Amino acid sequence: MQDEQLIIGGHGFSSRLLTGTGKFAAKSWIPKMLAASESEMITVALRRIDSGGTNENILDFIPDNVVLLPNTSGARTAEEAVRIARIAREAGCGNFIKIEVITDMKYLMPDNYETLRATEILAREGFIVLPYVLPDLTLAKKLEDAGAAAIMPLGAPIGSNRGLETKPLIALLIENCRVPVVVDAGIGRPSQAAEAMEMGADAVLVNTAIATAEDPALMGRAFSLAVQAGRLAYLARMALESPTAQASSPLTGFLN
Amino acid sequence: MVIALRINGQEEQLEKCTIEGLVAVKGLVAASLVVEHNGRIVKQTDWHTVLLRHGDVLELLNFVGGG
Repeated sequence: MQDEQLIIGGHGFSSRLLTGTGKFAAKSWIPKMLAASESEMITVALRRIDSGGTNENILDFIPDNVVLLPNTSGARTAEEAVRIARIAREAGCGNFIKIEVITDMKYLMPDNYETLRATEILAREGFIVLPYVLPDLTLAKKLEDAGAAAIMPLGAPIGSNRGLETKPLIALLIENCRVPVVVDAGIGRPSQAAEAMEMGADAVLVNTAIATAEDPALMGRAFSLAVQAGRLAYLARMALESPTAQASSPLTGFLN
Repeated sequence: MVIALRINGQEEQLEKCTIEGLVAVKGLVAASLVVEHNGRIVKQTDWHTVLLRHGDVLELLNFVGGG
């Protein structure tokens, strides 16, 4: 069976694994990871230059066929997120933007209210807006109405590798959203990515778990396969759970 | 003539120059640099045309790794 493409903002993607550029021990891993994982969209961040830094350009490590998804990390208000988005677009990063507005530095929980405000503004300006949010169905519907191209609920706090702690709430989004649901943040293992896809998530975004693996390219491949397996399981409609055994061989006596 | 600018939130004094001149003086790698001048992005091809003035606000940015 041929799976349909993931469509976000009118763009088609064959891969349902989105990746990130943070936390790699060496940036040279990024193109190797992208090749191994076949991920077609990757996040980048924008910052003031570090005067003592190497001035290495992260964009040099991302092949042209991979869509850039700049994030608004560092933004604490909708206005700051809007400003970062406009700068990223002006700088040639295209129309995609992941809205990330965070004021809580302990758990890095997104500020859903500011994120909605930023989504309203940026969608009107023609951005393809992917808001990163706590999974809240009421908010998700407002984001859709505001023009969000996808909803990105967190599975667990950023970088925590704890998996789908918000699973029942994500399930509500999957059940009710018109736009794609991309589970972002907290996915630590390929099995957790597969679990999200089995539920019917349209895609997952994985950064830390891939970037901090000893071999990020191999881990990228592992996540790619897990996402594909989970997606196929979802399309195949999984068998139901049962509290008792259901024999898979005939229960009649062997010689009867 | 020495002018005072706010660059990435810090007051700095330097000889009057263009954005291109500033990038050269600071030894920055142009290819990776995003320049916001008084709230407006200036494309690299225009850096030599923008003469910095006393009191200007500059943000010198670049893309970095992020999730």
